[in-house]
Amino acid sequence: MATQSIDGPKRGSLLSDQRTRAIVFQALAFFLVAVFFIYIGTNTARNLEALGISTGFGFLDSPAGYDVAMSLIPYTATDTHGRVFFVGLLNTLSVAVTGIIAATILGVILGVLRLSKNWLVSKLVYWYVEVVRNVPLLLQILFWYGVLLGLPRVRDAIPVFETMFLSNRGFYLPRPVPGDGIGLIIIAFFVAVIAIPIIARAARKRQEQTGQIFPVFWTSAALIIGLPALAAIVTGFPLTFDYPEKGGFNFKGGMVLRPEFVALWFSLSIYTAGFIAEIVRAGIQAVSHGQTEAAFSLGLKPNWTMRMIVLPQALRVIVPPLTSQYLNLTKNSSLAIAIGYPDLVSTFGGTSLNQTGQAIEIIMMTMLVYLTISLLISMLMNYYNKRIALVER
Amino acid sequence: MSDAVQRVSTPGVSDEVAIQIIGMHKWYGQFHVLKDINLTVRRGERIVVCGPSGSGKSTMIRCINRLEEHQQGQIIVDDIELTGNLKNIDAIRREVGMCFQHFNLFPHLTVLENCTLAPIWVRKVPKAQAEEIAMEFLNKVRIPEQAAKYPGQLSGGQQQRVAIARSLCMSPRIMLFDEPTSALDPEMIAEVLEVMVNLAETGMTMICVTHEMGFARKVADRVIFMDGGEIIEQNEPEEFFNNPQSERTQQFLSQILAH
Ligand SMILES: Nc1ncnc2c1ncn2[C@@H]1O[C@H](COP(=O)(O)OP(=O)(O)O)[C@@H](O)[C@H]1O
Ligand SMILES: [Mg+2]
Repeated sequence: MATQSIDGPKRGSLLSDQRTRAIVFQALAFFLVAVFFIYIGTNTARNLEALGISTGFGFLDSPAGYDVAMSLIPYTATDTHGRVFFVGLLNTLSVAVTGIIAATILGVILGVLRLSKNWLVSKLVYWYVEVVRNVPLLLQILFWYGVLLGLPRVRDAIPVFETMFLSNRGFYLPRPVPGDGIGLIIIAFFVAVIAIPIIARAARKRQEQTGQIFPVFWTSAALIIGLPALAAIVTGFPLTFDYPEKGGFNFKGGMVLRPEFVALWFSLSIYTAGFIAEIVRAGIQAVSHGQTEAAFSLGLKPNWTMRMIVLPQALRVIVPPLTSQYLNLTKNSSLAIAIGYPDLVSTFGGTSLNQTGQAIEIIMMTMLVYLTISLLISMLMNYYNKRIALVER
Repeated sequence: MSDAVQRVSTPGVSDEVAIQIIGMHKWYGQFHVLKDINLTVRRGERIVVCGPSGSGKSTMIRCINRLEEHQQGQIIVDDIELTGNLKNIDAIRREVGMCFQHFNLFPHLTVLENCTLAPIWVRKVPKAQAEEIAMEFLNKVRIPEQAAKYPGQLSGGQQQRVAIARSLCMSPRIMLFDEPTSALDPEMIAEVLEVMVNLAETGMTMICVTHEMGFARKVADRVIFMDGGEIIEQNEPEEFFNNPQSERTQQFLSQILAH
């Protein structure tokens, strides 16, 4: 608060004024930080020059000259370091995004089960959470990677439903092959996606006018499955599968999930799910029992009470710590380097760095990527949190 | 004591039975909370329940709408018996409104939404109509101007009046009150009691757990005294206050009337 009084008889000196002091201190802090970075910057540039290392981002266009084990985009050793950057980035994003989805689903289920009246279920979840949260993540990653590498060799791969195979080279799964008419199914799917909000809106309008409650959830579920299914029948099931077939040393056809990916994804998911379970439990418990009782006494059924009274209030408590779990998972995905999963840090930030020696540029780019992802997640979650925030006095 | 109590005028008590509790027992684990409760409440009757803290008053009225489960005996509300049958529980909760000591308004919904939620989702009333009804009751509890605010923006007395309006929007035939004024500052107690007196004048069947003896004298048809999980004594208010029979009642009354 400003202590400035315009017509007060006593005015202290300018330096004792709170607002002036705040500005002076901030300017001073900014100045010191700027001096620090300029000093570091010029110093480093001079040293690098002395060592004969050129600065700049020209290296991004030079060939990388090494192979990457897994890539979502076409990549060969003759491609550039710039392309390696994108290969690594996509690998990081794919493990982070699938990890966040799996951790959220598992965490929410576990958090709710933790509150179960069933003693055994609740205790099991309790022990899961305790174990998973208290063993270092790196150990867990190494453990699961070890387990996967302990699977039989390709020759003795374990079949699952005769169409999938588990081996120490990865999980071999059927690959969907779209045929003619697949477009219609995709269109049907999007028609359903567009129709749902329209139906939900119409249902709300109708309820406001007549009071009739329309089963929006079940209708939506039916549409999103039914419409594409109908299109599939009409077009005569244009989706076939390319099944993996055992060859001499490897499988032919199908698609493969590498053990590095599976181990990293699995460990990140179950580790983070342990934290999310606790967050969800605490969030639900933070909603006082009186809320449920008030809803019950008004005649609301338990599932509606959960949906309309408990969850909206629990989410307020859940979302901020959930955000930091998402950030943690994303940053923890850089532990990929320990088992050779080709994420951004182990490819671009590792091999490329060693080969080019452009440490500053590469580390800066890599840090910038994590910073951007983190800020994006934070912004999204903050936006959501603002929308559900409570109005208090 | 004062004989100058102005009794409210009400439509009167009918012969029809609204609530009947027969030989009801309840335990919390080993702890015997309610012992052989027998109580008949007629339609339009207003009952005040008092007794020392921990005597089982809350537990008893919470059994009436199944917020607590009884283990022995019968509870019959509006001719429907409370059993494990979920249909019966739903039916009874629709007919019985309840107000709590700590109001328990939904903090994420506006005052108006608090009042329309159950009519819309339970009674399937069209929204416009539900809002109309809600405004009518918010008028009756004299806070229509707060309709768009959130509970966190209201005073305790205002919140309790919203809670009463919220219950009334479901047009219950019976209202339960569990110490509705004991979390309020003295100046707010009066405004809530006034709303409850007005409600009594409409002929609503009411069971109120309260220690507001002025309210009991003014509106109660019967005052019930509980101690140690038992109904010790029940009588018309004048008799109850002027001529308490049991020693425990006398003791309790001298304690609460002392201050
Ligand atoms: N959920 C519960 N579990 C165990 N004991 C309880 C529970 N709720 C209330 N009790 C006990 O039952 C007794 C009666 O409680 P209550 O009905 O709340 O009393 P009152 O409303 O008359 O103050 C008290 O001794 C209280 O400690
Ligand atoms: Mg009580």
